[in-house]
Amino acid sequence: MSNALTRRTLLAAAAAAPLAAPLPLRAQGSARLVVVGGGFGGASAASFARRAYPWLTVTLVEPLTRFVTCPYGNLVLGGERRMEQITHSYDGLRARGVTVVHDRAAAVDPAARTVRLAGGQTLAYDRLILAPGIALRWGGIEGYDETASARMPHAWVPGDGTQTRTLRRMLEEMPDGGVVGMAIPANPFRCPPGPYERISMIAHYLKRQKPRSKILALDAKEGFSKQPLFQEGWAALYGGMIEWVPASRDGKVVKVDPAAMVLETEFGTKHRVAVANVIPPQRAADIAAPFADASGWVQVDPTTFEARTAPGVHVVGDANNGAPMPKSGYVANSTAKQAVASAAALLRGERPPEPVYFNTCYSHVGEEYGISVVNIFRVGPQGIAEVPDSGGISPRGNLPDQRRLEALHADAWYSSITRDMFG
Amino acid sequence: MLRTGVALVLGGVLAGAPEMAAAQAPLVAEGCIGCHGPGARGSGSVAGIAGRDAREIATALMAFRAGERTGTIMNRIAKGYTDAEIAAVAAYLAGLRR
Repeated sequence: MSNALTRRTLLAAAAAAPLAAPLPLRAQGSARLVVVGGGFGGASAASFARRAYPWLTVTLVEPLTRFVTCPYGNLVLGGERRMEQITHSYDGLRARGVTVVHDRAAAVDPAARTVRLAGGQTLAYDRLILAPGIALRWGGIEGYDETASARMPHAWVPGDGTQTRTLRRMLEEMPDGGVVGMAIPANPFRCPPGPYERISMIAHYLKRQKPRSKILALDAKEGFSKQPLFQEGWAALYGGMIEWVPASRDGKVVKVDPAAMVLETEFGTKHRVAVANVIPPQRAADIAAPFADASGWVQVDPTTFEARTAPGVHVVGDANNGAPMPKSGYVANSTAKQAVASAAALLRGERPPEPVYFNTCYSHVGEEYGISVVNIFRVGPQGIAEVPDSGGISPRGNLPDQRRLEALHADAWYSSITRDMFG
Repeated sequence: MLRTGVALVLGGVLAGAPEMAAAQAPLVAEGCIGCHGPGARGSGSVAGIAGRDAREIATALMAFRAGERTGTIMNRIAKGYTDAEIAAVAAYLAGLRR
């Protein structure tokens, strides 16, 4: 009984409440949604657009023919996953009716509503979803450029997977007793808990294979995401293998020497390491740079995610300034759906939906040891804000059942969200 | 107090949730999809929640929110949502194919 009522209510709702005296641009027929970037923001947007708004024609522009996820890349480093298990094809999106163009977007013209591709083609759009992710600030750490990243991999922009493979190979080749050095950036950056999950997964590998080795984590910050839970897990699982150094104890790496394998900190301490993982400061990727402010990120409307300087261009994922929301895969997925719903509503002359954004970030600390942070965000008078007294991190303490379940749920999350995006 | 809350939410579900809440349902429910699988049909260790009785879903969410039911992460999640959203999500999920 309730099902029938539910459907009726939903159908009524689907007709939606129009703004006063709307002049729908496309009351009938289709509209063109172009999506630039095939990662967590872009693939989520393209997939959701086809599922929820079949009257939209969707074109996805992405240079790579296969997508390697950042999430679970740390498990590859720890030897718990293979690269193939975190690599996804765009065939599922094609099957959903998305036109996938493997080319690089070279420029956006918001006035003409076109995207020019590096291959010469120009795509016209009615609404654009721009989800290009991040660029690394080469030179943000002195001496750290693309050449240096071959010897000191960042493994923070997966690309075709080369960076993650390189770091994994270096860990495998390192003799027992070596020091793995990590440079971790200040906020904001992609995946706030990511460096600390990486520390955990590298320790997980070293503990089994090279137990005399150490991890020296040099951080440009004073604190980090899920810190008490990570540190509790490190103490329980890895003893003294991990040394985390905050900025106030000279943890900020300002210079690297790839030839000598040296990480140099703010006050001149030189750390010679066997393997170096340098995660440099970041900004919005190049295609979004014309819409970014001095911070390097794109300011957006908190409801529609349109760039403040370019109406009709919805910037989702890590390229925007979504603070206080983290630059996470789940936030990219959640905000991409809101952006698509807003674009669809605006195309029909309707009011964008009232947003509520959702985030869950799981981290693996060890085998059968998962932790998480949950956030729910709404838009208030001051912009995006977390709902008071909601969400939060996993409970602390010796809770093996909780940790084991969260590790399993993390795997479930990965399977679920990647099928939502690519399935 | 919990009982009153559940009654209010269930009243909404059974009478056909308020239009605004129902209009939100698909987007609010998208938050579930990231873990509970496409179509909310489950994913690995995370249970399927599609096609369940709306009352059962709403009651569970209200209990998580009130701290009267323990969860791995659902207790933290439920605290972020309103009665109307819980009613809308429950109604939407109930209407999905299992």
